[in-house]
Amino acid sequence: MRYLTARKRAEGLGAAHSGTEHHWYMTVSAVGLALIIPAFLFILGRTIGGTHEEVTEVFAHPAMAILTLLVLYVGLQHFRKGAQTMIEDYARGMTRKILIIGVTVLSYGLMVTGMFAVVKLAL
Amino acid sequence: MRRQTKTKGPTMADVNRGDRPLSPHLQVYRPQLTSITSILTRLTGNALIVAVFLIIWWLLAAATGPEYFALADSVLTSWFGDLVLTLSLWAIWYHYLAGLRHLYYDAGKGLDIPTSEILGWVCIGGSVVLTVITLIII
Repeated sequence: MRYLTARKRAEGLGAAHSGTEHHWYMTVSAVGLALIIPAFLFILGRTIGGTHEEVTEVFAHPAMAILTLLVLYVGLQHFRKGAQTMIEDYARGMTRKILIIGVTVLSYGLMVTGMFAVVKLAL
Repeated sequence: MRRQTKTKGPTMADVNRGDRPLSPHLQVYRPQLTSITSILTRLTGNALIVAVFLIIWWLLAAATGPEYFALADSVLTSWFGDLVLTLSLWAIWYHYLAGLRHLYYDAGKGLDIPTSEILGWVCIGGSVVLTVITLIII
């Protein structure tokens, strides 16, 4: 046997050995989103319902294109990791693995689809 | 795959792989402001994927062309779209305030019961106020 206690193994890392980094990512992305979400919400709210030309014009503006790309990237990473935490709380084994892979595929799929649309509207 | 040599019975160094306890399910708690506002944080955060899906579809439609955009626009501006987007607006403001509360908690502050209950009401009341303000401005 190894003379290693459970506490020693978990200290500073948590039982999964990556919880600290995961939690810190959520903290950093939360602060980032807190800075950019209000402006994004107001502009998006005013744009929804507009004509095709109006919508294209709004997202073609460099500031709005950059803001939207940031919201897509940081927002969906924040979602992916947050949803993963929920899955880890309530599912285990193969179900947990399948759900985490599903959330990852969904998050990156939506993120890159949105990015493609913004880039196409902006350029 | 066990890396350590197995001795008789579990030792302190036995790694628990995949059989760790799960979080207690929600029904074991007596509902209280702190637990309800915590559950709402998770609920709003995850439910927002519906609005994200709709808005990304709308963006993709705008990038595709006027005909396809007309379809996405009609869905987003229908009563169903209005309902989903208005609820999502509340959800994002709630999640926003609850996230700030989380950061405050993480700093080791506001964890006593009277303060955390006030913060709970701030999240609930503040999210409604911010939603109404946003709806007025847009």
